[in-house]
Amino acid sequence: MSENTLFDKIWNQHTVKELPTGQTQLFIGLHLVHEVTSPQAFQMLRENNWQVSFPERTFATADHIVPTNNQTRPFQDPLAETMMNELEKNVKEFGVKLFGIGNQNQGIVHVIGPELGLTQPGMTIACGDSHTSTHGAFGSLGFGIGTSQVRDVLATQCLAMNKLKVRKIEVKEKLSLGVYAKDLILNIIHELGINGGKGFAYEYCGNAIEQMNMEERMTICNMSIEGGALIGYVNPDQTTFKYIQGRKFAPTGKKFDLAIQYWKSICSEKSAKYDDKIKMNGKDIEPMITWGINPGQSIKINQKLPIIVDLPEQQQESAKLAYTHMNLEEGQKMEGLKINVAFIGSCTNSRITDLREAAKFVNGKKIAKNVQGLVVPGSVAVKLQAEKEELDVIFKKAGFEWRNAGCSLCLGMNTDKLKGTELCASSSNRNFIGRQGSPKGKTVLMSPAMVAIAAIQGQIADVRKYAKEITQAIN
Amino acid sequence: MKITEIKGHAIVLPGNDIDTDRIIPARYLKEITFTNMGNYVFFDERFDEQKNKKEHSFNVPKFKGANILIVQKNFGCGSSREHAVHALQKFGIQCIIGESFAGIFETNCLNLGIPIVTAGQAEIETLMKFIEKFPETKLKISLIEKNIQFTGNQISLKINESSQKAFLTGTWNSTQIMKENQKEIQKTVQKIPYLNGFIQKV
Ligand code: SF4
Repeated sequence: MSENTLFDKIWNQHTVKELPTGQTQLFIGLHLVHEVTSPQAFQMLRENNWQVSFPERTFATADHIVPTNNQTRPFQDPLAETMMNELEKNVKEFGVKLFGIGNQNQGIVHVIGPELGLTQPGMTIACGDSHTSTHGAFGSLGFGIGTSQVRDVLATQCLAMNKLKVRKIEVKEKLSLGVYAKDLILNIIHELGINGGKGFAYEYCGNAIEQMNMEERMTICNMSIEGGALIGYVNPDQTTFKYIQGRKFAPTGKKFDLAIQYWKSICSEKSAKYDDKIKMNGKDIEPMITWGINPGQSIKINQKLPIIVDLPEQQQESAKLAYTHMNLEEGQKMEGLKINVAFIGSCTNSRITDLREAAKFVNGKKIAKNVQGLVVPGSVAVKLQAEKEELDVIFKKAGFEWRNAGCSLCLGMNTDKLKGTELCASSSNRNFIGRQGSPKGKTVLMSPAMVAIAAIQGQIADVRKYAKEITQAIN
Repeated sequence: MKITEIKGHAIVLPGNDIDTDRIIPARYLKEITFTNMGNYVFFDERFDEQKNKKEHSFNVPKFKGANILIVQKNFGCGSSREHAVHALQKFGIQCIIGESFAGIFETNCLNLGIPIVTAGQAEIETLMKFIEKFPETKLKISLIEKNIQFTGNQISLKINESSQKAFLTGTWNSTQIMKENQKEIQKTVQKIPYLNGFIQKV
């Protein structure tokens, strides 16, 4: 059993009581709400005549269903408009703060939480969305929950939970040029399996992680859930504190100094005990790319696709299905595969540093004929910052569409969808069948830089072949 | 409501890593209630673009009316959408047997009163073959004895300890219970530094 890890410390601090079932009643410090998984929860509150118990710890935004092209109300999709109205009605009735359409703080829930300084070390954070693990980048515990649990948090500010085990994932040595946080997490998922993290919290550490900026750490923690781990986290450090300082909801003045003391106190002790430990070397990581129908079906960009019989038995059936769906063959390479759509966005990779990195590769170039390119900033703030830096000009000149903030093509529940059997090079996090809105659509996950290259080449390519030239040109 | 056993027929759904996007495609999440979710379960796998039925366990007449679902590894991975569990529940599923399940999916099932029980690969495969052949078989899953009984056979099952307690004592819906612990909630609030101006009390 783990001891003295950040996980243990926060868990203990937030424990309210042991429930009759043996589960822990855990206090939730921050509840983030979005339009898709909350209407039914608010309705249950209404039916039971319950209030939101800590409205000041609850913040809502709209991201999944919002169109990212034309956002004038009413939305063209009547279902989207109804859902939006419902959220607006609910926050009004229950006294919850909403960053809605037209608000400067609107955006993907896992982008705005950190950006506004709502996400802070030491917190327990819940949201009716599996990628709540993102917030762990700040040394908080971010729990992705279902709608019944959203109801629980609204009504009680608590969750009934079983304690997780803690696995320490130590990554030594910096990643090489052209290799990104996305590649590292895809590699971790590949190595440990898409259900390898079940029952675990992942603690990411080692100097490869320590040298990463907050946005890279968010990319890593974001995809913990794709490895089956409910939460992932990084111990907070100077990089974390610096990122938080000055943000809208961050503590100020004397309180900020006190906050730092507290944040330091919740870090894992050197003597901490873990349930499992794993070591990796950042130098060994290469650009990764998925070829299948789950985020664990990935290869290094220059590798050949696996031969089914060489795979572990339990992966074979899913690999067969993947080959049929993706229309790929065993032993072939992903490099050179033609793409139809290039998507830069999602809570994994739609922050300003992601856009800057992608823009480097796009600058002065044109996207290939027959490729639709989409850049969707994760929040209004990211969009405005990018426009200030004229990244939008770079993307638009190259032929990309420059959109408003939202989940967009990450999942098919807004106006952005793949058509037919289109293949999308995507900076998002899930390549499940039908994920991007077409039952026959194909998703290939990769880093935003790699999506940029794929858009320009019209086919999947190794970003490292271009990275040197770009860095030299910039320096 | 206490849940101690589930009796009925089973539906066999082979395959590992069946994610919640497959159980219910995102476009059906646009409704603000769960009422219609049963109509959309496995929609893209059950129907083609013209809405013609495709080959799928949930379309097979011999499994019609079944209330127990038998699956394989890592069922319900991916999105936390509770819609997936509502879709299965409204289709008629009351209990799921499998080799393993994704965490959030399992919690969602618990909160909706659907027991999740597991058995080893060999047992599941045997069970699947048997039900394929004799779909009319009546099964009885006992959460007390942690086994499944059918036509003189018995397979032992595993269930998460706290879930078992929750079902047997009828406390799987814990909102009310947690709500009653107001005193303890207030006490916890007092000791969390970021709720008290970052002043740490020992
Ligand atoms: S960007 Fe994608 S993964 Fe992230 S919250 Fe939106 S739909 Fe979910």
